[in-house]
Amino acid sequence: MYTCSDLKKGLKLLIDGDPHVIVQFDFSKPGKGQALYRCKLRNMITGSLFDRTYRSGESFEPASLEERDMQYLYQDETGYVFMDQKTYEQVALSEETLGDDKYFLVDNMEVKILMYGDTGIGITLPNFVNLRVTQSDPWVKGDTAAGNNKPATVETGYTLQVPSFVEEGTLIQIDTRTGEYATRVKE
Amino acid sequence: MEPNWQLARKRPTLEKRARIVQAIRAFFIDQGFLEVETPQRIPANAPELYIDAVPSGDWFLQTSPELAMKRLLAAGYGNIFQISHCWRQGERGSRHLPEYCMLEWYRPQVDYRHLMDDCEALLLLLAQTPKISYQGQDIDLSRPWPRLRVEEAFKRYASCPLDVALAENRFDELISLEIEPRLAVERPTFLYEYPASQASLARLNPANPAVAERFELYLGGMELANAFSELINAQEQAERFQNEETQRRKAGKSPYPEATPFLTELITMPPAAGIALGVDRLIMLLSDTAQIDDVVTFTPELL
Repeated sequence: MYTCSDLKKGLKLLIDGDPHVIVQFDFSKPGKGQALYRCKLRNMITGSLFDRTYRSGESFEPASLEERDMQYLYQDETGYVFMDQKTYEQVALSEETLGDDKYFLVDNMEVKILMYGDTGIGITLPNFVNLRVTQSDPWVKGDTAAGNNKPATVETGYTLQVPSFVEEGTLIQIDTRTGEYATRVKE
Repeated sequence: MEPNWQLARKRPTLEKRARIVQAIRAFFIDQGFLEVETPQRIPANAPELYIDAVPSGDWFLQTSPELAMKRLLAAGYGNIFQISHCWRQGERGSRHLPEYCMLEWYRPQVDYRHLMDDCEALLLLLAQTPKISYQGQDIDLSRPWPRLRVEEAFKRYASCPLDVALAENRFDELISLEIEPRLAVERPTFLYEYPASQASLARLNPANPAVAERFELYLGGMELANAFSELINAQEQAERFQNEETQRRKAGKSPYPEATPFLTELITMPPAAGIALGVDRLIMLLSDTAQIDDVVTFTPELL
């Protein structure tokens, strides 16, 4: 069983028999008062989203679902298609299920697909992915302060903040858990 | 390896933070306050049902410098302030860190209304303008700021009246979920006169003992500060601590040792008002930052 202190974004819970994932989480508490754990949950079967607030002392059943190692193949009208390399079985995940994770998929990427029966209902990506910058404003000469940043778009269409020294064509590493820039990749 | 850019890019905010902290010090020192430093590792905190201290050996990290600062008042110190770190177990969210920075100040011989004036003056000094913008919302800091009784706030904004909320143990929930989001964001608000049961260290209003002389300052939708006219009746304080401690045990929480020297010396403490203000949240507000993570050097996750 989970308690309130285990709650965080990405945790999977069984609610009324269905697996749910926490898609947004915040802890709030009046200084002297009782803590509230505010969750936005997605029903992993129906896809429906709803808000729920929990109070300390409540407990939750983990949604213990099977995760299978799969490889990303391609995107077509059925969605994003993955294949189990041992059984050659294929599953497709919808764009909605993937959310922002769709920006971090590269061909042949090895991922974990969360299964509910024969249906794929979730994905765990590698923690880091390398993607090439396709658009970013040029570096302003003289801008050498270590902390300066600017927006950049990568090959998958994802836009993020990067250090000002990152130029178009640079291969960068992105943390898939936060969606943030990690480092440049040496080629 | 590249320098840690996520850390490096906080520099402009941290520079602003440093200037704000200096301005806070100047604000109090210019008025003759004494800046004090009390130990952050202590044998006993004030027992509070919903605040869990972090153990440190046989002692605890402070959840607030309150008891030590009141002992100074009891020893005859006048106006005092302190900027120190506090620790509260399990508190982590977009506006919460388990280790955070607190500003506390105390004024003998005044009641909590005087601290409302202090808050207005301090914020106006720090903002350097009566109009600030936080997360796309303009906030008008010109004095005086609206004051709203807790009972009235429940009438206006909550789905049930105050007495029902208290009876059903839903006070905090309704404050957080129904009242806080509906308080006018374009003005700071002092929410005041808390029910007697919701203020373990505050004096009850002599004219109406059903309410305690406590206020909370809400600014930009955030709870920024909590203030009391301090309770100086040692007997009553000991009973309230006992009551909190009993409730903690009923809730299955670990018992806390008694803050004996504080309770003993409280007898000589003059009437006073005191307030705690979250410095990290203040920096968020003045640097237009939505996440507390972005106004501190390191969050626990980055250590």
